[in-house]
Amino acid sequence: MKNVFSIAIRTTIVTLVLTGLIYPFVMTGLAQVLFPWRANGSLVTDEKGQVVGSELIAQGFANPAYFQPRPSAAGEKGYDATSSSGSNLGPTSKKLQDRISEDLNRLNGENPEATGPVPAELVTTSASGLDPHLSPQAMLWQLPRVAKARGVAPERVKAVVDSNVEGRTFGILGESRVNVLLVNLALDRQFGRPAPLPVQEKGL
Amino acid sequence: MTTIGWIQILLFSIVIFAVTKPIGIYMFRIFEGDRQPLPRFFGPIERLIYRLCGVDPKEQQDWKEYALAMLLFSAISLLVTYAIERLQQVLPLNPQNLGPVPADLAFGTASSFTTNTNWQAYGGESTMSYLTQMAGLAWHNFISVGVGIGVMLAIARGLTYRLQPSAPKTIGNFWVDLNRSVIYLLIPFSVVMALVLVWQGVLQNFSSYVELTTLEGAKQTLAMGPTASQIAIKQLGTNGGGFFNVNSAHPFEGGTPLANFLEMVAILAIPAAQAYMYGLMARDTRQGWTLFGAMAILFFMGVTTAYYFETKPNPVMQGLVVDQAAGNMEGKEVRYGVTNSVIWATATTDASNGSVNSMHDSFNPLAGLVPLVNIQLGELVFGGVGAGLYAMLVFVLVSVFIAGLMVGRTPEYLGKKIEAREVKLAMLYVLIFPLLILYLTGWSVVAPYGLSSLNNAGPHGLSEILYAYSSAAGNNGSAFAGLNANTLWYNVSQGLTMLAGRFVSQGLTMLAGRFLMIVPVLAIAGSLVGKKAVPESLGTFPTNGTLFVVLLLGVILIVGALTFFPALALGPIVEHFLAQAGKVF
Repeated sequence: MKNVFSIAIRTTIVTLVLTGLIYPFVMTGLAQVLFPWRANGSLVTDEKGQVVGSELIAQGFANPAYFQPRPSAAGEKGYDATSSSGSNLGPTSKKLQDRISEDLNRLNGENPEATGPVPAELVTTSASGLDPHLSPQAMLWQLPRVAKARGVAPERVKAVVDSNVEGRTFGILGESRVNVLLVNLALDRQFGRPAPLPVQEKGL
Repeated sequence: MTTIGWIQILLFSIVIFAVTKPIGIYMFRIFEGDRQPLPRFFGPIERLIYRLCGVDPKEQQDWKEYALAMLLFSAISLLVTYAIERLQQVLPLNPQNLGPVPADLAFGTASSFTTNTNWQAYGGESTMSYLTQMAGLAWHNFISVGVGIGVMLAIARGLTYRLQPSAPKTIGNFWVDLNRSVIYLLIPFSVVMALVLVWQGVLQNFSSYVELTTLEGAKQTLAMGPTASQIAIKQLGTNGGGFFNVNSAHPFEGGTPLANFLEMVAILAIPAAQAYMYGLMARDTRQGWTLFGAMAILFFMGVTTAYYFETKPNPVMQGLVVDQAAGNMEGKEVRYGVTNSVIWATATTDASNGSVNSMHDSFNPLAGLVPLVNIQLGELVFGGVGAGLYAMLVFVLVSVFIAGLMVGRTPEYLGKKIEAREVKLAMLYVLIFPLLILYLTGWSVVAPYGLSSLNNAGPHGLSEILYAYSSAAGNNGSAFAGLNANTLWYNVSQGLTMLAGRFVSQGLTMLAGRFLMIVPVLAIAGSLVGKKAVPESLGTFPTNGTLFVVLLLGVILIVGALTFFPALALGPIVEHFLAQAGKVF
């Protein structure tokens, strides 16, 4: 019994050091050498070299000149990258129904020129609350608003969106998608930054 | 449902099938071979660890010694993790200065990781320091798997060893099985997996959280940390405890479809290979393929049902003008879509993994039924690393017994007579599981402290609670996550459920405060290992063919259905009909 006890304690220490410390430290070292940009959060910069976000993490956009990502249930105001979360509302939830109706009204109001029904992604929260992507259809649905707010021809905005479509991996895996932040950055680069929203409009 | 969706499901199945045999052979060589693989590289490490730990690898244990070693080791490791969580504010690698984890949450989490459940009642990025994640939690991802593999090997050896009558009735050495699974299997696989994941966008750093100003001038803080090293083992070891609150739905845990696909393969690769390894141990690979066949059929039933119902529109949007061609997108990521979300949901609950890449709570009712039923069947569809095969073998014994009753002969399996003692122990295993789930669900729905945690009302609320206890007792760890399980009641009651659920299968239940109880599975192993093999005769019921697959499936489905159908009827099934009628709560 005493022998088993001593082995158990020594095995606890040895496995903890091996798998709990050595392994993650070695992996961090390797990752920092081989893929430093990915390992540190895939951060993207604007034209001035300022870090404005991560390629993989959604951020909120209210200005009509920017494409909007999906609604977010992360944190109280959404898009909180320190408290990822889905809504966890089930398919018979009144709360979910009310939230969707509200978002529908807002989107239809903001996008009077949009054609066709609102794509479901734009009124559903993602699993993480930080989904950086939209399907190409959901981008095209918002496109008239963005083009109008920027005062450029829709075809020119569409060209930017099209060049940012990522297909399925190997043509099979996942879904084709567009990174909202990267498109917005590309638009700014090509057509200049839009004027910031007047303060009182922002919160509405 | 789309063609490309079916192609992805098919591709996933083919990849799992393709890795089953090679990994199975590799595992057989690790645990049962005369010489372990790559002896020049791994051998010295293994011998060094034995020296440091004082283990004599030649020593053999009978089932009681084996159980004692396993239980003692698990108990000590639980205490160590509890201590790390409580002391994280004074320990290093805590750049966000997170405070100590509250006592009940720390207990729930320590139990959860010790038992390979990895239920997350906490948001990783807002609760756990980097050291807690690595040394407190990811450490358990390795060793709790080693424990599971040990129990699996024990019962497999009990069934397949042919000992001389005078030989001691030993089933292996727990310390050797544990260390070999870590050194030869888990660490090498994890190293490769982690590097691929970083390449695909998963974090791996010790930085403090990144503060930045967004394009529109808002402040955003990005959580950081040593993520990939933990994600790799949580997938491979069917652990499932994510680095972040939303697990692998978080773009920093799985940023691309390729990362997602590899993480899904990692869930089922080792469990599928176990079936082949078992065939090798039985000296008849058809025995292994028979179990694999039954598992594969259950997997397909689950994934097609979930896929069918989840590509339907979310009923909550009836009457609203929304384009739902993509299926139910609430709680899903665009890059994965419905297809990869349901493959993951099925695989993670077939195994006792419990990681998620979508929110099961928001699934359409009958799609959400699939993960729930998978857990309640006992997570034997490939199952957890170690745990899946021994759960399946328990059902094999029950099936062989029923077949014996039908033909009126003493049942045999692999030439060993299955007698009253083994069947009683197997039934104990089968019965404790629903007892824990249904009793505690019942308790929670009549107690105010059970109901106050609900996020959804109506039948969906019952589903949330039922899922929570199924997941805890089944050591799964996924959730209908709307339930706020971070309360005293859920932390403590689930903590105990996980311990009981895990150790029913392994040797110890903590039911009603009784600490030590005979471990049914190890006891079966101990009782079988010394039995004399009887030669096969005309009356032997074959256990390596289609007929046995059908019988085994029948037993699994009937036991599962009889036990859980009433509760399921009141939860997801009634919710389905109410939802179709446009009812909301």
